[in-house]
Amino acid sequence: MYSFYGTWPWYISGLLIGGIMLLLIYFGKSFGMSSNLRTVCSAFGAGKNVKFFQFDWKSQRWNLVVVLGAMLGGYIATHYLSDGSGVNLNPQTVIELQELNIEPPEGKLLPDAIVGEDALKSPKILAILLFGGLLVGFGTRYGGGCTSGHAISGLSNLQLPSLIAVIGFFIGGLIMSWLLLPLFFN
Amino acid sequence: MKFIKFLLVGLVFGIVLTKSEAVSWYRIYEMFHFQSFHMFGIIMTAVVVGVVGVQLMKRGKVKDITGKTITIADKEKGFTNYIVGGILFGLGWGLVGTCPGPMYILVGAGFWGIGVVLLGALVGTYLYGVSKDKLPH
Repeated sequence: MYSFYGTWPWYISGLLIGGIMLLLIYFGKSFGMSSNLRTVCSAFGAGKNVKFFQFDWKSQRWNLVVVLGAMLGGYIATHYLSDGSGVNLNPQTVIELQELNIEPPEGKLLPDAIVGEDALKSPKILAILLFGGLLVGFGTRYGGGCTSGHAISGLSNLQLPSLIAVIGFFIGGLIMSWLLLPLFFN
Repeated sequence: MKFIKFLLVGLVFGIVLTKSEAVSWYRIYEMFHFQSFHMFGIIMTAVVVGVVGVQLMKRGKVKDITGKTITIADKEKGFTNYIVGGILFGLGWGLVGTCPGPMYILVGAGFWGIGVVLLGALVGTYLYGVSKDKLPH
């Protein structure tokens, strides 16, 4: 049923992600992806004007290396480890998406309606991408973490603040996905 | 050389998230509409593995790579920043379907449109830095 070049099962993925988090703790670090955004801002000199970015960003270089590895991993996985059979959605999802003018995946990870060549010529789509990214960047720093830092690392360490943040992720995600997305894509 | 292990960890992370399609906009939509167990299964499995591993480490049964006892800092107490920040992130996640990890992975995979999302995320991070002292925490 599962193939190495197709969709990897959730339990393999979850096991490996949990393992990656533990491995980083073993290396004396922690698993968190959104903090790299702050590190990059600092590396670009944001600390000149803003106190929040005045910290020893070079101490976080190890995490930028994780990011570099992740980018390479994404390249390898899409170019050499995929047979185009992936992203088999619930048929109901496909029907709902068509009502939003978003095409079925047919093996693609992302819809052309959002990141395809034509979509990227549309000012509306570019604004959506920028705005979505802005919410992610602002929200993760305000909330102190993202899926990796709170949902995986924080919950694994039984942290109440992380549970609050994860509940927030889902409140925001549900509001967007059910109520606002149809307004953006109609 | 000391960075090699981090490069390899990142490499596996990027491959796993891509191959299990946690980087897929479609999968995030499906998750928020409760139409598949896939994403929930990934997160829950990772947390179960994490809870067991972290408990073992905290009880001092496992030392870190330098032989030191492992301590993991608690998150600061609070509510407003976690819930409001969490909701704002969730709104973005539901819209563009990428949390920070997948952003880097997808740019690496050659989805240039996600570069716009990444740019937005950097701007958002900067705006938080600018407004931090005026926000309730």
